[in-house]
Amino acid sequence: MTSKVNITINGTPLAVDKGTTILDAAKLLGIKIPVLCYHKDLCIAGNCRVCVVEVVGVSKLFAACATPVWEGMEVLTNSLLVRNSRKHIIELLLSEHNADCTKCYRNGNCELQDLSAEYKITNQHFIDLAHTREYTIDDFSPAIHKDDSRCIRCQRCVRTCDELQSVGALAVINKGDKMKISTFFDKSLNEVVCTSCGQCVIHCPTGALIEHNYIEEVWDAIADPEKYVVVQTAPAVRVGLGEALNLSAGERVTGKMVAALRRLGFNSVLDTDFSADLTILEEGTELLHRLKANLVDKDNKEPLPMTTSCSPGWVKFFEHIYPEMLSHMSTCKSPQQMFGALAKTYYAKKIDVDPAKMVCVSIMPCTAKKFEADRPEMRDSGYKDVDYVLTTRELAIMIKQAGIEFADLPNEGFDTIMGKSTGAGVIFGATGGVMEAALRTVYEIVTGREVPFKDLNITPVRGLEGVKEANVKIEKALPEYKFLEGVEVKCAVAHGLANARTLMDSVKQGKADYHFIEIMACPGGCLGGGGQPIPTTPEIRQKRVEAIYEEDMSMSLRKSHENPEVIGLYKEFLGQPYGHMSHKLLHTDYVERQRY
Amino acid sequence: MGKNILKRIDLIFKEEPDSKNVLKKTLSKSNDELINELIASGLKGRGGAGFPTGLKWKLTAESKSTEKYVICNADEGEPGTFKDREILTQVPYKVLTGMAVCGRIIGARKGFIYLRGEYKYLLKELNAEIKKFHAICDELGLKFRVEVFMGFGAYICGEESALFESMEGKRGEPRNKPPYPSDFGYLGKPTVINNVETLAHTFTIFQHGADKFRELGVKDSHGSKLFSISGDTPTPGIYELELGMTVEDFVNDFGDGDTKAVQVGGASGFCVPRKKFRETRIGYQGKLTGISLPTGGSMMLFNSSRSMYNLLSNYLEFFTEESCGQCTPCRVGTQQLIEGIRAVKRGEKPASYLDKLLALTETMKATAKCGLGQSVANSFQSIVENFREEMIY
Ligand SMILES: Cc1cc2nc3c(=O)[nH]c(=O)nc-3n(C[C@H](O)[C@H](O)[C@H](O)COP(=O)(O)O)c2cc1C
Ligand code: SF4
Ligand code: SF4
Ligand code: SF4
Ligand code: FES
Repeated sequence: MTSKVNITINGTPLAVDKGTTILDAAKLLGIKIPVLCYHKDLCIAGNCRVCVVEVVGVSKLFAACATPVWEGMEVLTNSLLVRNSRKHIIELLLSEHNADCTKCYRNGNCELQDLSAEYKITNQHFIDLAHTREYTIDDFSPAIHKDDSRCIRCQRCVRTCDELQSVGALAVINKGDKMKISTFFDKSLNEVVCTSCGQCVIHCPTGALIEHNYIEEVWDAIADPEKYVVVQTAPAVRVGLGEALNLSAGERVTGKMVAALRRLGFNSVLDTDFSADLTILEEGTELLHRLKANLVDKDNKEPLPMTTSCSPGWVKFFEHIYPEMLSHMSTCKSPQQMFGALAKTYYAKKIDVDPAKMVCVSIMPCTAKKFEADRPEMRDSGYKDVDYVLTTRELAIMIKQAGIEFADLPNEGFDTIMGKSTGAGVIFGATGGVMEAALRTVYEIVTGREVPFKDLNITPVRGLEGVKEANVKIEKALPEYKFLEGVEVKCAVAHGLANARTLMDSVKQGKADYHFIEIMACPGGCLGGGGQPIPTTPEIRQKRVEAIYEEDMSMSLRKSHENPEVIGLYKEFLGQPYGHMSHKLLHTDYVERQRY
Repeated sequence: MGKNILKRIDLIFKEEPDSKNVLKKTLSKSNDELINELIASGLKGRGGAGFPTGLKWKLTAESKSTEKYVICNADEGEPGTFKDREILTQVPYKVLTGMAVCGRIIGARKGFIYLRGEYKYLLKELNAEIKKFHAICDELGLKFRVEVFMGFGAYICGEESALFESMEGKRGEPRNKPPYPSDFGYLGKPTVINNVETLAHTFTIFQHGADKFRELGVKDSHGSKLFSISGDTPTPGIYELELGMTVEDFVNDFGDGDTKAVQVGGASGFCVPRKKFRETRIGYQGKLTGISLPTGGSMMLFNSSRSMYNLLSNYLEFFTEESCGQCTPCRVGTQQLIEGIRAVKRGEKPASYLDKLLALTETMKATAKCGLGQSVANSFQSIVENFREEMIY
């Protein structure tokens, strides 16, 4: 039992566990203390100082986020001294900040702006420092833009990139007035080890880190009568979008999202979940192929473990950090890129549209997908397979711009041919989902029976634990898979690149003997992606997880290989999974990158 | 010139030919005895903050951990201060002895000297001294090793928690406190960190006893202290003086006959104007008459030819550059102060803007994360309040 500490906050007594911070203790009483550098996902920095509170008898104030309570502590969160100091601190931040809010991408969703509204900072008492110096604006990356003039130096991004992602692309350089957030040799984010995951973006309180947005390009395409605009929507978008449109976290808005996309003017509204199902067939077949090559033919040109490749932030991380291990990565493109390659070939032909006039847009919970779409490899259709990638946030902006009352929309269904999906495609949006979907299909291919978990729910790979493991023993294999009889297929799942690194280091050092590894660059998987609504916190991720699995349970089909449109696609166009056409359109290769 | 009003003390630099015997004698006493001796001496830290040394050692000794450290802070970054360098050059064994005794008391087997980057030239001799000292420890059966860690030249790295961060290979940014070093220091382990001079004084106390130390100084400010004296003085240099002197006596001794102000404790210290020379004593906070001032040892004299505006703006430039930059009140506050006094001087802001800036320094004092940002108020307030006209015209 942890010992209790007795304190009072604004006169109200309470007993809390030893080690509780003043901030958390105040929350128990429903007292809100403002914060800026604090984020629940990150370790405590205590540098912005807006959370200062008074402790009776001490002349110095204490940072509530960083100070554990002590016995007999009498805290005042709203004394005159606290208010005046806090106001000074907000004024100081504003004096150093490019506060032209109307020209800022985060206008209306900014923690600094909220705070300054709350404290009614209406005149500028201090000298404007922001407009007298030169700031770097880095807008070279197709995914992430950084504008130092909007930065309040809370270091949330640095801690994110370090602690959650173990990438370390961002660092603090210089001291004093010249202190700033920078990259290796102050290069563009486009030229360093940055994975484009966008985690720094969803952890930034201001407009200093934002996505490269393609909203105007997409409006232009929609307005162009010559163009046929196809849109695909990733699984995690439907459990996040509502948050950016005043609905509560964890609300499933699939039908409304489809209705909204039609009203925005997209010509075809299709589903990335369809190509997620397709990915399972390709990746599952590749896994079986590798298992056979390694276990039977003793050929390890394509070695085990095989890792998933549907998270482009993870792919780029892998290329930077483990360039010597690239052959472990599945050659499957991500569902977004499989979709793009098929949209301008198979789909264009089916609906009789000139692929040169087709514009392929995707709505993703992800910023790395913007980078991925720009990769030179991703032009197998003969065109740029995916033209524009919008985040969940950008879609919400377009819906607002169009004046659509999102909450009042009816539920509508996706268009056909590449719009049908199964529950297995949906759960791609959560960590462990690809693994679960793959096992549902692979187990059945190998044994002819359903995977032996109640309701097909493979719970060991679910949940928000950093690294998860599951073993599935193959029994009574069908004749052509006899080589797997009795084999215990060892699987591991990691999300967030720091966890990915831990897992892959153990593989690299030969300490792990997995067959199949699923990795998602973002905490929680795509549902916690860098393109999802801000804020994203542990609680919100949990709600989105629940929504994803509800969506899975609500589907009539829950196994990828049962998707009738995928079956049709193979029959009419691709032939075999992992066959010739698939290799041409759906698989790719990787490049070795620098470590910095 | 050199009126010698104040008694010159010669304890710190006094050679002790048989230092091994001092260590041996000290180690024959129990830890409790030694801590009580140190507490009885009234020794307070000479690095600036003036925390009672005996209490610091006691708290760290009581902290439960199998791994603890003793660190000697030789970062000496305060401009115009070079007393620690002299101690390490002339009587390094006193510092090493203090560290070793501290190590035994608190339960640490490892000590570090965090040496200012610019003092790299001392390294060779210091390492030779350490080697000799290790041999003595071995002879006396004391398991204790000292290593020198070279600093990088950032002023903020002299702040104890930034110093730990920098030793751990991280950026030198101060940590939140609590927890304090006695619980959570270098590598998160209980750590005693003391200034070079503080450690040298412990040698004196262990050698001669607490009473001899207490004979010097006044209530709450016992013993002697090294002062780095500079500015408008005919006799600059390092002096060991008794604590508790008035600034008036000090000026009569070291001034050039035209002293208008004395800056006590460097940029982070206070400026004492002529009219307050008599009532101000140099020592630690306590029940002294007049104002008492903590000081890292720098005493800078200014005669009437000096502009206090220039002085203040130099200090503010120093802080604006040397702030680690992490916390808002310090990083932005220092910039606002310097831009603010410039604007007043140029007539772009009214004189009353100085009052806004004074209020800002109160916020900085209350909310900055570490001693650097908190102490900017000292020089700002004491200069602006006493020399307001010089700020405006
Ligand atoms: C900005 C800043 C710089 C400091 N620089 C030094 C220094 O160079 N040397 C030093 O001994 N203490 C320095 N200190 C004080 C240390 O944090 C710490 O209080 C001291 O080393 C403790 O030793 P003492 O108790 O023996 O004084 C500095 C403090 C601050 C806030
Ligand atoms: S870029 Fe954003 S998260 Fe990073 S320090 Fe600046 S304001 Fe904070
Ligand atoms: S996008 Fe991801 S990898 Fe790049 S800087 Fe941000 S957190 Fe780091
Ligand atoms: S007060 Fe200044 S030096 Fe200290 S932590 Fe804050 S910014 Fe850094
Ligand atoms: S939120 Fe506590 S210091 Fe920033």
